[in-house]
Order: sequence, then structure tokens, then C-alpha cells
Amino acid sequence: MTELYDWFIAPFAEFSFMRRALVACLALGLSSAPVGVLLVLRRMSLVGDAMAHALLPGAALGFIAAGFSLYAMGLGGFIAAMLVATLAGWVTRKTGQREDASFAAFYLIALAGGVMLISLRGNSVDLMHVLFGTILAVDDDALILMTAVSSVTLVALALMYRPLVVECFDPGFLRSVGGRGGLVHLLFQTLVVLNLVSGFQALGTLMAVGLMMLPAASARFWAVRVSSLFAVAALIAVASGMAGLLISYHAHLPSGPAIVLVAGAAYIASLLLGRRDSALQFLLRKQSHRIA
Amino acid sequence: MSVAVSLHDLTLAYRRHPAVHHLHGEFASGSLTAVVGPNGAGKSTLLNALAGLVEPSAGQINLAPMRNPRVAYLPQQAQIDRSFPITVLDVVMLGHWAAIGSWRGVKRQQQVAAVHALGAVGLAGFEQRVIAELSAGQFQRVLFARVLLQDAPLILLDEPFAAIDARTTVDLLQVVHRWHAESRTVIAVLHDIEQVREHFPQTLLLAREAIAWGPTASVLTPENLMKSRHMAEAWDDAAEICRREAA
Repeated sequence: MTELYDWFIAPFAEFSFMRRALVACLALGLSSAPVGVLLVLRRMSLVGDAMAHALLPGAALGFIAAGFSLYAMGLGGFIAAMLVATLAGWVTRKTGQREDASFAAFYLIALAGGVMLISLRGNSVDLMHVLFGTILAVDDDALILMTAVSSVTLVALALMYRPLVVECFDPGFLRSVGGRGGLVHLLFQTLVVLNLVSGFQALGTLMAVGLMMLPAASARFWAVRVSSLFAVAALIAVASGMAGLLISYHAHLPSGPAIVLVAGAAYIASLLLGRRDSALQFLLRKQSHRIA
Repeated sequence: MSVAVSLHDLTLAYRRHPAVHHLHGEFASGSLTAVVGPNGAGKSTLLNALAGLVEPSAGQINLAPMRNPRVAYLPQQAQIDRSFPITVLDVVMLGHWAAIGSWRGVKRQQQVAAVHALGAVGLAGFEQRVIAELSAGQFQRVLFARVLLQDAPLILLDEPFAAIDARTTVDLLQVVHRWHAESRTVIAVLHDIEQVREHFPQTLLLAREAIAWGPTASVLTPENLMKSRHMAEAWDDAAEICRREAA
């Protein structure tokens, strides 16, 4: 019994930085996993990655202007990612270039610009901090920001759930009934960027996408309906956050990659053992089929 | 007979090349019209414009004052993500959009109406199936059920029977005739000339411009069909700016 306590409870009971990190993971997982599910359903899985990279120059500018300031770096990152997403969307609408290509073009420009800015004005420790974050250094301000983003995201998803789903699978219908598809898309894009900014505080620009996409990609091996996909993805994200924190604490490993690797392990496990279309199901059903 | 939709010198263009060129005419209220013509003739573009999804480059579309929702639009299937995890009943209930919009809940009788609409298209019992499990024909029946619920006076169908088997086509044509009997204005883009002759009293033969528009028998003559086939498909980047005056 004490061993269980030592393993699972003691780190959080004894250290306030672990408690903060835990709350940060809960907030992040609850909101970014459903956002990730919608990205997967929109076939935009890699767009999340592109937007996360697009944060970098904005965060770098914030860093240069104000040092390690949560608000300056967060705001800069938000503006940069929204700018990249808006420009890419605008190029796609105006020129007909596919969205994946225009996104790739703009995020690569942004990423290179961001790395350039940081190396001109900071040192490699700063760069590592921005790229990989430090969930164990989450302070009260960062925690308030993350929980606020989480709350806003969940309320916004609830409010725009129906048009969001329709815009995903039948955008022509939404427009024909006068639904504001463009507005829905813009709001959703804002939610994606907000969650990446929030994740970037804890996991850094490169890892923030991990808690968004890996649980979302895992969920489809367990659930069918959009609502259950949300629930499964959020559960996997939160559990990965907790497990990753504990592993990093006990094994003295960096926390960000530990969390994302646990989420990755959850994906592999889902792929092998899930209830739908997994390797296990394939093996079980190979020999038999129904009569109708 | 009153007019449901009138087109006045309508031009619809992509990148300044006309897909529909100086189209002029009227869809009578309660008429059942087939829009036929070669690929690239502007048929889908015209339907998109009637649904309000494309802005005219020149000219006007005038819809007669109608109750809301005015238009129910059935796009080509290719535009819909059929792997999306949504149930048949949820798709059909979107037909209540004018009443429920983004936020309002679905009332008991609205759900009953959706189940009835599914029965009317031959899909009773399919309510909780996910659309990914349906065949192309079954999915088209689902979309027809949604149009049924939309209860619109103007119904636009874009190639509703493409890649659909004979039995499904017969069933869905009955639904179209039911709409016609209810004096709704129905405009359908079609490719099967025999089907048009048999089921559609009015025809618009379109090849960017209207080759002919009126009673089907007088439109689908060998001469007119020949003429529509000779429409130049390729657009010409060096073409001069059109200076035709409004008729």
C-alpha cells in the first residue's frame, strides 16, 4: 500500500511543482484532445503540427521584447500562428493551391525565421526552452492561462458543436442553409492556436502537438461517434499526462518528451489492441465472416 | 403560371472564363425541370448559383418571394465526406436546420418526422447506422430524406442518380414526382436523356448558353442535342473580353 502511495501520490503530495504540472496536464488534455479529434476528422492532422511550428517566430519576438514573459511569448505565438493559418487559407482560396502545400510553405518560413531570431538574440538554452517547454516550471500565471484556455475551448466546442460537425462532413449543405461556415472555420482555427499556445507553455512548440494529435489518432480504434471520440481522446490525453509526469519524476527523465512518449505508447497499444480495426481484431476475425 | 426563379442575363465565371454565359429565362412555380448538357456546360455551376453558393459575375437571379427555407440543395455526392462518423438519423435531422439552427434541440415530433422521412425513402430501421456503412444508393436515399425534411418550395438536385442502381433510381424518382405533385419547383441536373423524356416535363439544354429551354419534347430534338455536343469545351485564355449587351 505504501509503495502505491510512494509511486502515485507522494510526488504530487510532496512537491507543489508536480501538483501544478498535474493540473496543467489535466487542463491541456481535456481541451486539446477534442480539438485534435476534429483536426483528424477534417483530415488536417498535419496542420496542427504546422501551426505549432508557426508559433515560434511570434514567441521568439515576445522573448526578445520581454524575456521569459508568459504573456509576451504567448501573445506573440498566438498572433504568428493565426497569421500563418490565415495567410495559408487565403492563398488556398485565392489561388486554388492545396491547403497542405500553402500551410507547409508558410510554416517553414515562420519556423526558420523563429530559429533565426532566437539564435541572434538568445543562446541555445533559450532555444531548447522554447522548443521543448518546461512543464515542471509552470507557474501560477501559466496555470491560469492554461485553465482559462481549456474552459473557453470546452464552452466554445459545446456552443458550435453542430455547425462544426456539419462543416466537417458536408460544408456545401451548411452554406446552402445559410450557416456561417467561414466563421465556424475561423473560430475553430482560433481554438487550435489557443490550445497550442497553452500547450507550448508546458511542452514547448515541438511537443505541444503531441497531446493534441496522438490521443485523437488513438481514439478511432476505440470509438465511432464524435462525442465518444472526444471522451476517449481526452481520457487518453489526461492519463498520458499523469503517467508521463510520474515516469519523468521517478526515472529522472525530461517531462515533456516523457508525456508525449506515453501518449505515443497509448497510440501503439490502441493500434494493436483497440476495439475497431486494430491488429488484434484483424487476427480474431481473419477466419470468419457473418452470413449477412 | 407564376414564376419561381427568373434569370436575367446571368453570367457565372471561373477566373473570368464563363461557365454559364448570358442565360436568360424562367423556371415556373411548381415546374419540374431537367438541366442537361455536356460535361463542362455549366449545369452544376448554375445550380450552385441558384442555391446562393456562387455570386453571379453579371446579370441577376431573382427568386420569387417564398416562405423560408426557400431552397433545399442536394450537392453531388463527391462533395460529402462519407467516412465521417455520424449516424443516418443525425444526417436526416439536419433537414430541420431552418427550425433548429446551430443551438436549438430537436423536438420529439421533429425526430418522428425524420424517422418517417427515412421510411419514405425505403430506409426504415437504418436510423442508428453510421453513414460509412451505407452503399452509395443508400446514402443517396439518406440525402433525399434530408431534402424531404427541409420542406422547401424550391428543390435543387445535382446529378441525383449518378452511380445509383436502377431500383434506387426508380424509388427516388417517385419522391421527385411527389415533390412535383406538392407543387414544389424542382430543378435537377441529369445525364440520362431517356429518363428525362420519361419523367421531366420541362428541360433546359445548357452548353454554357441555353441551346433550348421549354417542354422536353421540343428541347431534346436531335438537332439541339447535336448543337450542344459541339460546344467548345476548352476555354481560350486569349479570348477577348465579352462585350455583349444585356438583352
